[in-house]
Amino acid sequence: MSALTFTLKIRPDQRVDMSPLVCQALENLEPAEIAAIKLHCGKRKLRVDELFTLSGFNSKHIQIKNSFSKLDYIGKDLDGGVIHVEGDVGAYCGMGMKKGAIKVFGNAGIYAGCEMKKGQLEIDGNAGDFLGGALAGNKMGMKGGLILVKGDAGDRVGDHLRRGTILIEGSAGDYCGSRMIAGTIAVMGFTGKFLGHSMRRGTILLWNAPKLSASFNDCGSHTLAFLPMLFNSFKELNSSFANNENAFNRVQRYAGDMAEIGRGEVLVKI
Amino acid sequence: MIINGVTIDATFAEAFPMKGTRAIITAQNEKWAMIAAQAMTGFATSVIACGCEAGIERVLTPDETPDGRPGVAIMIFAMGGKGLAKQLETRAGQCVLTSPTSALFAGIDGGIRIPLGKNLRYFGDGFQTSKVISGKRYWRIPVMDGEFLAEATTGQVDAIGGGNFLVLAQSQPQALAACEAAIEEMRKIPNVIMPFPGGVVRSGSKVGSKYKTLGASTNDAFCPTLKGSTKKTDLSPDIESVMEIVIDGLSKEDIDKAMRVGIQAVCDLGAENGIMRISAGNYGGKLGPFHFHLQEIMA
Repeated sequence: MSALTFTLKIRPDQRVDMSPLVCQALENLEPAEIAAIKLHCGKRKLRVDELFTLSGFNSKHIQIKNSFSKLDYIGKDLDGGVIHVEGDVGAYCGMGMKKGAIKVFGNAGIYAGCEMKKGQLEIDGNAGDFLGGALAGNKMGMKGGLILVKGDAGDRVGDHLRRGTILIEGSAGDYCGSRMIAGTIAVMGFTGKFLGHSMRRGTILLWNAPKLSASFNDCGSHTLAFLPMLFNSFKELNSSFANNENAFNRVQRYAGDMAEIGRGEVLVKI
Repeated sequence: MIINGVTIDATFAEAFPMKGTRAIITAQNEKWAMIAAQAMTGFATSVIACGCEAGIERVLTPDETPDGRPGVAIMIFAMGGKGLAKQLETRAGQCVLTSPTSALFAGIDGGIRIPLGKNLRYFGDGFQTSKVISGKRYWRIPVMDGEFLAEATTGQVDAIGGGNFLVLAQSQPQALAACEAAIEEMRKIPNVIMPFPGGVVRSGSKVGSKYKTLGASTNDAFCPTLKGSTKKTDLSPDIESVMEIVIDGLSKEDIDKAMRVGIQAVCDLGAENGIMRISAGNYGGKLGPFHFHLQEIMA
C-alpha cells in the first residue's frame, strides 16, 4: 500500500499547525475525511485539501512533500508509524513523540524533538535551538528515544534532557547540554560557549576539545568500557556515528557542572 | 540395552524444578574473565549446602560478548527465585566486582528480571552513573582500576536440576577417564552445566541418614567397599568404582542432549576399557517430576 502523501500546493504566509496529521489520528479515516481536517494557519483554519494534494492510503507511512519552514508541529505526539518529510520543517517537529520514526530531508526549526518520549527523529540538515529540549517553563526535555542531526544544531541542545540520545554530526551552538538531568549528547563537530551549563548528570561526548567553564573539573584520561557498546548501538543508523573509524573508547573526562550536583561528565576523544 | 559391551540399566535419573539464570563475565583477556568466572561459580556444587549450583557454561569469543572483549558464560541454579537472586548478587559483588578489568552482563534476555548490577551500584557511593544503551540499563561503578560496568538485570527462567548418570567401572582410574571423556563432550552442549568439581562427583548421595540432623548421606548401594556390608548393594563383584555426573539445564531437552553425548562418550570407551554399566540416581520417582530414562535417551 502506497504511503499517504501530502504534497504542499501553496506556501501560506502564516505558520501552519500540522499536529492533526499524525499516523494514529489518520488511521481508519477515508481520504475525504482526511481532506476535510482543518489545520490552524495563523488566525484561520484551512482544510487539508486547501493546502495539500493528497494521494496514497497507508496512514502508517506519511509523506509530506514540498514542505517548508512554516509547517510546525509535524509528528507531534506521534504514537507509531513513520513520517517522511521532503523539505524543511518548522518548529516543534516530533514534539512529545511516543513511538515511531520521523525523517526530515531538510532543516528543522526550533524545539525539534522537544520533550519526545521514545522513537527516532532524523534530520538530514540543520536543527534550530532547543533540540530535544524542554518547552519554556517546563522542567524536563526529551525523556527517551534518539535524535540524529546530520548538519549543525543551534543553541541549548538537550536543555533539561532527561533521558535518550542526541547525536549531532556537525557542530552545536552555545549552552549545549544546559541543565541536563541525564542522557547522552554526542557532537562530532565543535561546541559553543557554556557547554553543559548547570548540567546535573548525563554524558556529553565530544570529538573536539571544548571551551569548558571553570566549574568542570578534569578527571584525567581513561579507557571506558561502555563506549564501544554505545557506538555499537549506533551501527544500524545511516550516519557517521555508525562508522567504526569514528568510534573510540579513550577519553579525557571532565566532571561537572560543579555549580550543580556535578554528576555529569564531558568526555572528549583523545 | 548394551552399547559397546556397556550395560545401560533400565532405570531413570530423577530431576526436580529449579530456577536458573545466566551471566556473562568479560575482562581484558580470557585469563581474567575465567578467573572471575571460577570465583563466581566456586563453592556451588550442590544446593544441599551451597545455596545454589553454578558452573561455567562456555568460553565466549569477543564477537559473542556485549562489550567485544573475551568472556565466559556462567549459569546459576537455585531451588527458588529469591534464593537465586540472593546468590547471584552476593557472588557478583564478591567475585566479579572485585576481579580486575571485569564487566558483567545479562545472559538471558527474557524471563523474570532479577538484579545483576542494580544493587551493586550502591558500592559507587553516589558516584555511580547509569547508561541506557539499546533499551538496556547499565551501571558504571567507579572502582580503583577504572570503572566496573554491570548490566542492571538478567533473566530468571524455569530450569531443571539433578539430571544425572552413574559410570560403573572396574577401577577408579577407568571410571575417572570415562567421566573426563563424557564431560569433554557435554561441555559442548549449550544451556547446561555440570556443577561438581571438574563436572564429576564421587560422593553421590541418597536422601536421609541414620543421623537425624543430616538430610543426605552416602549412597551405600553404589559404594564398592560396602558390597558385602550393606543390605542393598547395586554393584556386581567386578565393579570397583562408581562416579556420577550431575547436570543442571534450562530444559528437559537440553539435559537429554547432554546425557546422550555424555553416555555415548563413556560407551565409546566400552567394556574393553573397564566400563561395565551406566546407571542413574533416583528416589523411586517421589522426589522430582522430571524422569530421564537412560534407555529412552540412548535409543
